[in-house]
Amino acid sequence: MPMSDYFTATILIATVASGIRLATPFLLASLGESLGQRSGVLNLGVDGVMLLGAFGAYYAVLQTGSLMLGVIVGLLIGTFMGLLYAFISVTLQAEQGVSGIGIYLFGLGMSDLLFQKLVGTPRPIVPFPPLKIPLLSDIPVIGEMLFEHSLIVYMAFALVPIATLVITRTTYGMNVRAAGENPEAADSLGVSVSAVRYSTSIIGNTLAGLAGAALAIELGIFQQNLTNAMGFIAVALVYFGAWRPIGVMAGSLVFGIVASIVLQCKTVGIIPRSASDLAAMAPAVITILALVVVASRFHQPAALAKPFVREG
Amino acid sequence: MNRFGSRHLLPYFIPACAVLAALLIGAMMLAALGASPLKGYGVMISAAFGSLDGLSTTAVKSIPLLLVGVGICIAFRANVINIGGEGQMVMGALFATVASLAFPHLPAFALLPIVLLAGAMGGALLGAVPGALKAYFNVSEILSTIMLNIVAVQIMNFLLRGPLIDPGEIMRGTRIPQTARLSQNADLPMLFEGLRMHAGVIVALLAAVAAYILLWRTSLGFRLRSVGLSPDAARYAGIPVRRSIIIALAFSGAMAGLAGAVLVFGSESHRMVTDGSSTGFTGSAGFNGIVVALFAGLHPLWSIPSSLLFGGMLVGANALQRAVQVPSALVIALNGLIVVFVVSSEFFRRRSRPQPSEESLRLAPSTQAGWEAVVDPPVGLKRFSGTNEREMNAHE
Amino acid sequence: MRFVYSKRFFVVSVILAVFLIAPAAMGAAGKLKIAIVAPSASNDLAFTQSIVDGIKAIQKERDVEVAITDGLFVVEDAAAAIRDYAKKGYDLVLAHGSQYGGSLKEIAPAFPKTAFAWGTAADTFGLPNVSSYEAASNEGGYAMGVMAAALSKKGSIGVVGPIEVGDAKLYVDGFVAGAKAHKPQIKVQVNYIGSFSDVALAAEAARALMAAAGADVLTGTAQMTVGAIGAARAKNVAWFGTQSNQAKLAPEIVVASQVYKWEVALRKILESMDKGVLGGQKYIINLANGGEAMEFNDAYKLPEDVKKVGMDTIKGIIGGSIKTGK
Repeated sequence: MPMSDYFTATILIATVASGIRLATPFLLASLGESLGQRSGVLNLGVDGVMLLGAFGAYYAVLQTGSLMLGVIVGLLIGTFMGLLYAFISVTLQAEQGVSGIGIYLFGLGMSDLLFQKLVGTPRPIVPFPPLKIPLLSDIPVIGEMLFEHSLIVYMAFALVPIATLVITRTTYGMNVRAAGENPEAADSLGVSVSAVRYSTSIIGNTLAGLAGAALAIELGIFQQNLTNAMGFIAVALVYFGAWRPIGVMAGSLVFGIVASIVLQCKTVGIIPRSASDLAAMAPAVITILALVVVASRFHQPAALAKPFVREG
Repeated sequence: MNRFGSRHLLPYFIPACAVLAALLIGAMMLAALGASPLKGYGVMISAAFGSLDGLSTTAVKSIPLLLVGVGICIAFRANVINIGGEGQMVMGALFATVASLAFPHLPAFALLPIVLLAGAMGGALLGAVPGALKAYFNVSEILSTIMLNIVAVQIMNFLLRGPLIDPGEIMRGTRIPQTARLSQNADLPMLFEGLRMHAGVIVALLAAVAAYILLWRTSLGFRLRSVGLSPDAARYAGIPVRRSIIIALAFSGAMAGLAGAVLVFGSESHRMVTDGSSTGFTGSAGFNGIVVALFAGLHPLWSIPSSLLFGGMLVGANALQRAVQVPSALVIALNGLIVVFVVSSEFFRRRSRPQPSEESLRLAPSTQAGWEAVVDPPVGLKRFSGTNEREMNAHE
Repeated sequence: MRFVYSKRFFVVSVILAVFLIAPAAMGAAGKLKIAIVAPSASNDLAFTQSIVDGIKAIQKERDVEVAITDGLFVVEDAAAAIRDYAKKGYDLVLAHGSQYGGSLKEIAPAFPKTAFAWGTAADTFGLPNVSSYEAASNEGGYAMGVMAAALSKKGSIGVVGPIEVGDAKLYVDGFVAGAKAHKPQIKVQVNYIGSFSDVALAAEAARALMAAAGADVLTGTAQMTVGAIGAARAKNVAWFGTQSNQAKLAPEIVVASQVYKWEVALRKILESMDKGVLGGQKYIINLANGGEAMEFNDAYKLPEDVKKVGMDTIKGIIGGSIKTGK
């Protein structure tokens, strides 16, 4: 195939669309984690929550056939785990890195156990059909690339401006930032750091549960370790995005699109099989390189992973 | 300075209660699955600790946990988070494998140390890079270590399917991604007749002791710990903070790399083989090692019993599956529960002891300084601000 | 150094020891005891499932005691399990994973009275108590490649593979050979995604094959193909399955599956053991000996001429007139 054939509109569209799809679960989980971290709570257990949300959604859809119910179950599982995690980190002030890994192990084992016992042989579920946005999706090339995705993809990307607005323009957002940068000052001004951190943990983990549900529904199946350490990459992407929703979105897209490009290159044969392993690390390498460029300008929330103890 | 006495029993009773609580939930899960909890736990314990065979299996399983855990102790004490254990183990294994393929005919007493050293170097390299990125470019080590895990796995896949593959595989056309049987001179020798415990155990124990000596008996260790407690105070005192961060991560990586090397040369097959993932090779030791270290209060010597406990649990998990037909996933979940419960129970332990004491100070670095100190003294540090020197001297 | 932590450890271990119960004595010998060690889940509808189905078929014919440890993707854990089963006196230990070979080579000599079988592989290491078993997946692959080429209207078919290794490689090579044999100008695009378990990547690979390469018939092998099947289903693209019957996963699009009937090989191994020979043979299941069965999905409306050319190919392979080029 001549070089020019590789860069047809079809392949371009497929690459970007696929990149957006791959990025969506990362985006959701990462948005949630960034909110929590902004308020000072580090949650390394995102992958576990994602797995539990994924199984919950999958099982709900299997039993009832309703995709919306599956999404809701995934959300609720995330909410419950968020409450639990807030209790552990904020009230009991447990060491956040460790408790996060504990949650991860619990989620990993529990989701697999429930799957093996309640489902057994995997049965597929039907994912959300792609939703064409009227008018916008008729734009040539861009339309098909951006506006023919499933509901969850739109939801995920719509959350980015919402999150940005909330964090930068609302009192709540200010409290979140204060709780993360300087909890003593916030406390002295009457803000309940605990309440703020509880809320961000709940919201954040709800999004992680949603990310898991999105993944299971999109793939149409559940499997042991379905997420394949996606949750940890989502945590890493929070750092990449400098704790800002737009940055997190950029990070998820970088990751997703690079992975997609590699896949397309392998499909059309640009990347020979012998080099495919090295090509598979492209997303990781590019993320690090991009971060080297970005990191000098942003710092992490000062009170990240430090339980807030009231003096006196 | 020794303060034994019943007063100290209470704070240790609490984590024990936490473990019990988690085990109780595990028992309920076992019962819900139709298996007898007593039988299930019994099988786990007897498989892991109930026979010489079991003990040696547990010991061998604990080796990578201990090594990675010791590395984590070093890193966390310098306030750097190393989540790259998986990748560092892989890198260490690769370096060690290459060394053994390069010098197959060296006698054992020369080849074995070279191979282990190569492993440590490989891991150190993969630790130093995030260290440098953090020190000079302020790139979060959480991000870079996670990303380098991916990179390391892909390098392993590339090498094991290409340049390092067993020529016999190519001949037979099966292309299983594994190396040839590596030089016998690099086999870790068995320690006891009839037991499958190999010298890797000694390597791990020595590493733990060495780490303890490093951290509390050398000036380098003092510098690392100072940087961990407060980089700004350390900088003020003339300690090279950037270099210390790199050194800490390099040491941490070296330990993990050593673990990788031991895994390869203590394995049944005496070759390096991959299924395409990192956990397929490491058994998640890169992660579990973190928990081991934190359970041990970031103390290399206490990592020894901590790693044995976790190793035992892993061995028990496999036995559980065989005995009562309960998926081993249950034990993974149980593992997580125990971690969460014990870590949460610290709360009650702290409550039961209103005055800062030796023990809480020893745990201090991870909770006090958090993952990165800032210009203003962090909240936690303020509480114990007068006793920093005391903590630093506590183990001298 | 103070051993203050010893108290914690002591208390914890005492409490744990409270639950100590001596292991029950091993049952007396009598029934043949077979153990299986496998890398993925028993119900993965792929590799491990195939051997579990095989042993279940054997259980209908013989009175045997079976123990299975699955999910052992960490080779060292599998090696420990193999050794453990051998020590516990199991008569036959099946090491169902190509990556287990290196370990088996070291373990088998230590247990001369135990029969070991290694799959999928074609090497017994010259040991008298090791058999090997493999599937000529290239045969069924070839036949399905022929049918895929016949079925494809756009002249483009796609393959989603894990890693170019062992059974996967055999199958894919056979499939490609069959497709090209039927229609030399057909485009066959193979994508080895580099992992046995990344379901999301397999799904995307399938989508890429359908979109960028324009494939309208797909196939794939290994556990992660459930993702690819899901993607194919969304676009209503036909799928050919292997290792076990994948029709349940997507009844609308699965045309046929090459099902492994390992019991054909297992039977031979057990018969040989009955005669006192513990190993040394290489077994292969193929279309001719019934070890591979082409199971068509009744729910899929396959054009008669495609089915005919497929059946003819199968007959040709069995008869020897068609060489699948292994």
